[in-house]
Amino acid sequence: MYARYLIAALFAGASTGLIAGILQLLFVQPVLLHAELYESGTLVHFGATAVSAHPELPGFDAMRDLLSVIFTMLTYTGYALILLAAMGIAEDRGARIDGRTGILWGIAGFVAFHLAPGFGLAPEVPGVAAADVTARQIWWFATAATAAAALWLIAFGDNWMAWGGAAILLLAPHIFGAPEPDVFTGPVPTEIGALFAARALGVGLAAWVLLGSFAGYFWQREGAHADGPARS
Amino acid sequence: MTTITKTRSGLRIVPAFFALALGIAVISLTGHVQAAALHDAAHDVRHATGFPCH
Repeated sequence: MYARYLIAALFAGASTGLIAGILQLLFVQPVLLHAELYESGTLVHFGATAVSAHPELPGFDAMRDLLSVIFTMLTYTGYALILLAAMGIAEDRGARIDGRTGILWGIAGFVAFHLAPGFGLAPEVPGVAAADVTARQIWWFATAATAAAALWLIAFGDNWMAWGGAAILLLAPHIFGAPEPDVFTGPVPTEIGALFAARALGVGLAAWVLLGSFAGYFWQREGAHADGPARS
Repeated sequence: MTTITKTRSGLRIVPAFFALALGIAVISLTGHVQAAALHDAAHDVRHATGFPCH
C-alpha cells in the first residue's frame, strides 16, 4: 500500500507539475516579471510620465525558470500525496476512484488549497503590502484544512448535521478574517495585480483538474498492477 | 469475511496517513519554509501557486 501511494503520487504529481510549470511560465511569469519592474523601481506607477503597459520584459532565465518547474513538480507531488490519502480512505469506504472521478477530486482540491485560502489571501503579485508571513501561513493552513474537511463532509455526509457543519467550517476562517497589512504600500498597478491573481487561480484550477485525474488514473493502474497476480 | 475486511481497512488507513503526512511535509518545504535558499529557489512558484511568500 505504501508503494501504491508513493508511485501514484510521484507519477501524477510530476506530470501535473511539469504541465503546470509550463503553464505558469507562459501565463503567470510574464505578469510577475512585469510587476517586479515596479517592485524594483525600474518603472514607477503615477510617476512624472505615463508608463507603457507593454514594457520590455526580461526573457527566459534558464536557472530561475528550471527551478520554478522543478519546485512546481515537487509542490504538486506533495498535493498528490494529500489527495491520494483522501482518495484511498474514500475508496475503502466504497467510493470509486479513477481518472474520471478524479476530475471531481481535483476540483475539490483546487477549492481547498487555492480558492478558499485565495478568498482571503489573494495570490500576491510581488511588491504588494501584506501582513506578517507567519500569521498568513497559519491562516493559510487553517483555511485549507477546514475547507478540505468541509468538502469531505459535503461529499460523504448524509445528513443535515454534516452539511451544516461543512457550511460553518467553510465560513469560519473568512468570518474570522485573513491577516491584513496595516497600510498599503504596493507600487504595482492594480491592473497587473488583478491579472496576476486571475492567472494564478486559472492555472491552479487547470493543474488541480489534471492532478485529480492523473492521481485517480495512476491509483487505479497501480492497484491493478499490485492485485493482478493475486487475482489470476 | 467481516474480519478480513476489517483487517484490510485497518492496514489501509496507516499508509493513507503516512501519505498525508509526507504530502504536508513536501508542501511545507516547497511552499512555506522561509529559509533563504529555499525561498529564493521557490520564489516564483510560491507567488504563482498562491502561497504566502514574504
